[in-house]
Amino acid sequence: MSEVDRSPWFMPVVYVGGLIFGFGLAISGMARPEVVLDFLQFEDFGLLFVMGGAAVVSGITFTLATRYGDRAPLTASQYTRRVKAMDRNVVIGGTIFGVGWGVSGICPGAAYASAGIGNYPILWAIAGMFLGAYVQGYWRSTRSASTTTKQVASDSSD
Amino acid sequence: MSDFIALLALGELFPRGILPYLIGGLLIGAGTAVIYLATGIIAGASTFLESTLSYVSDVPRFNQFKYVQSRDWRIVFTVGIISGAAVYAILFQDGIWTTDVQWWRLLGGGFLVGIGTRLGKGCTSGHGVCGIGSLSQTSIVNVVTFLTIAIGTAQLVQAIGVAP
Repeated sequence: MSEVDRSPWFMPVVYVGGLIFGFGLAISGMARPEVVLDFLQFEDFGLLFVMGGAAVVSGITFTLATRYGDRAPLTASQYTRRVKAMDRNVVIGGTIFGVGWGVSGICPGAAYASAGIGNYPILWAIAGMFLGAYVQGYWRSTRSASTTTKQVASDSSD
Repeated sequence: MSDFIALLALGELFPRGILPYLIGGLLIGAGTAVIYLATGIIAGASTFLESTLSYVSDVPRFNQFKYVQSRDWRIVFTVGIISGAAVYAILFQDGIWTTDVQWWRLLGGGFLVGIGTRLGKGCTSGHGVCGIGSLSQTSIVNVVTFLTIAIGTAQLVQAIGVAP
């Protein structure tokens, strides 16, 4: 999908989708680290309904669109599912993310929503996320550069 | 089992009820569905971190085609998330809400979330909502991993007396 193919409605629709997404995150309580920590500490299991409800809606949507849909109206892209390759990083990354989520009670989407409900201390978490994303990107870029110069088959992980 | 039902009856498993959680979850799914049906894009929240870094960094990883060509709408998506939560706060919240969780937990935890979500190819929305919704085995492995580790970590942090 190149930018020239985008309909003028592309950005407004992405914005409205984000708006609904963020409104949902705020209602669900996930924008509050305390609610997430209560879940992880087995004091309130409500978060199961957030992840479950969201996955069911997206699952039905993906299934119907890939089966009966043709192409997305605003981009002419084909409907696909989200299937990423399995490798070691999926488990290592999930482990590091798990420790971070357990320490802070916050994940990326919820952090943006948290800023929206006025929770300015969440800027600590957002700053941390950018820093973490930068460190892993820097490290992986330098590592893949050095393996290329050694003419070792570079892994195309992403 | 009867104990479990008794707990349910007492509402101890769900001290805040289940309705806000369920409505929130359905809306999160609906937001994902609106973008997907209109554009074919499966929007996750954590890619924004790397695609936005491409504006300010020359590091090759952030300047891959897929990040550079999506960085503009990812900002719009994130601003949408912030606005949606702000609309909720204006309608239903009494002023601003701030967390009592200590700053070092937010900063340190956020740092690990930044590393882990990007290394592991997604976060709670990418793997948790969209990946599970796609019945992707990769996403199921990732979600089981981060959920288990997060539960262990949070309980450990609580056990050593850090609160909040």
